Amino acid sequence: MSDRLLVGTKKGLFELQRARGTWSIVRMRFLGDPVSMLLHDMRDGALYVAEALGHFGVKLQRSNDGGENWQELPAPAFPKTGAEGPSVSYLFCLETGGADQPGWLWCGSIPGALFLSRDHGESWSLNEGLWNLPQRKDWMGGGFDDAGVASICVDPRASQHITIGVSTGGVWISDDGGASWRGSADGMYADYFPPERRHDPEVQDIHRLVQCPAAPDTLWVQHHNGVFRSTDAARSWQEVTAIRPSKFGFAVAVHPHDPDTAWFVPGVKDECRVPVGGRLVVARTRDGARSFDVLTDGLPQHHAYDLVYRHALDVDGSGTSLAMGSTTGHLWVSENAGDSWTLVAGNLPPISCVRFA
Amino acid sequence: MPRVAFTANLERHLSCPVQTVPGDTVRAVLDTVFAGQPRLRSYILDDQDRVRRHIAIYINGERIVDRLHLADKVAEADEVFVFQALSGG
Repeated sequence: MSDRLLVGTKKGLFELQRARGTWSIVRMRFLGDPVSMLLHDMRDGALYVAEALGHFGVKLQRSNDGGENWQELPAPAFPKTGAEGPSVSYLFCLETGGADQPGWLWCGSIPGALFLSRDHGESWSLNEGLWNLPQRKDWMGGGFDDAGVASICVDPRASQHITIGVSTGGVWISDDGGASWRGSADGMYADYFPPERRHDPEVQDIHRLVQCPAAPDTLWVQHHNGVFRSTDAARSWQEVTAIRPSKFGFAVAVHPHDPDTAWFVPGVKDECRVPVGGRLVVARTRDGARSFDVLTDGLPQHHAYDLVYRHALDVDGSGTSLAMGSTTGHLWVSENAGDSWTLVAGNLPPISCVRFA
Repeated sequence: MPRVAFTANLERHLSCPVQTVPGDTVRAVLDTVFAGQPRLRSYILDDQDRVRRHIAIYINGERIVDRLHLADKVAEADEVFVFQALSGG
């Protein structure tokens, strides 16, 4: 069970700790700076914070002493190709490489690209295989001006097997450490697309993709037009229709040990991104999506307009504690797998990401 | 030599005092500054060395024209000012 929680917001980083069963804010850093992503590297204890400074670009910070001191690192950047070339505008996700790859970090960006560091973030290189995909011309912005790599799953059984989610641009799989990629959308569909393109891998809007650490063949996707699950390492997908009260959302978390247990935070639909009926709920399945519990205990059920972004729902390594942060600065924690929730902070800046650390 | 000053808002992130540096274009002047403070480059320029969208550069009170190549001429007595364009949020 984790006793530390990091919360990235539009106005800085907040660190919370649990003491005698109560969570409280113990430290605040980078006040005023938008934090887009967080990472705790459990292999060496390092903490990473990605920032999106409004004027001054994306930045990357690392702490080797648990968050006391931070050092700015070179942020992932595109190679120089000229005045028309791309520039990173947002660091969308950060993940570690495998246990056999100490110091390796993967970073997904907007525009949709993948970067790799082999030296604890000291330097980064663009993944050319993904960037040069011909299908990338059909990627497009999903809530941002450009497409973004929002999810990176490194298979704990084989670090060379990487599955990523692009919003919007589909699920892409590499079996060779990122040298080559193939799209995977068998069973998915994008119902907002022209019918002849609806099933193409590169048009799927993968809001969030997660992989069960203990059973990596099971992956869950909160897609723009629904929820999908794969039990064959993303080779095929099955639509989840039992979710309630709606199938739209951004966030999904999967139980670290039980691939059949996952949590979602449904909203009305894409053109009305608020909780259904003004009631914030978490939808949980514990039977592989055959049925869902709609969890409300401790969550606002009257005039609640909180939206939970794709990286703002996390489950700890035990599968018991969950944290959830909203666009209206509310932060909730559950200590019983979502059965009930406690409001830990109610006046934070808009929350972009939460992570147990 | 031209005098270069940066918005005080940058001091929260890194040191960039007023300085006089050689150079006859904005690019040359800034490259000299960046040589002494490499981290500053990514705060002012994007991945392709263009001026970041929300950064403004003025020479003697006039906004520079070439934000892509920074080829605007700078004279010996000129003052270059780099600051953040206003934006909300």
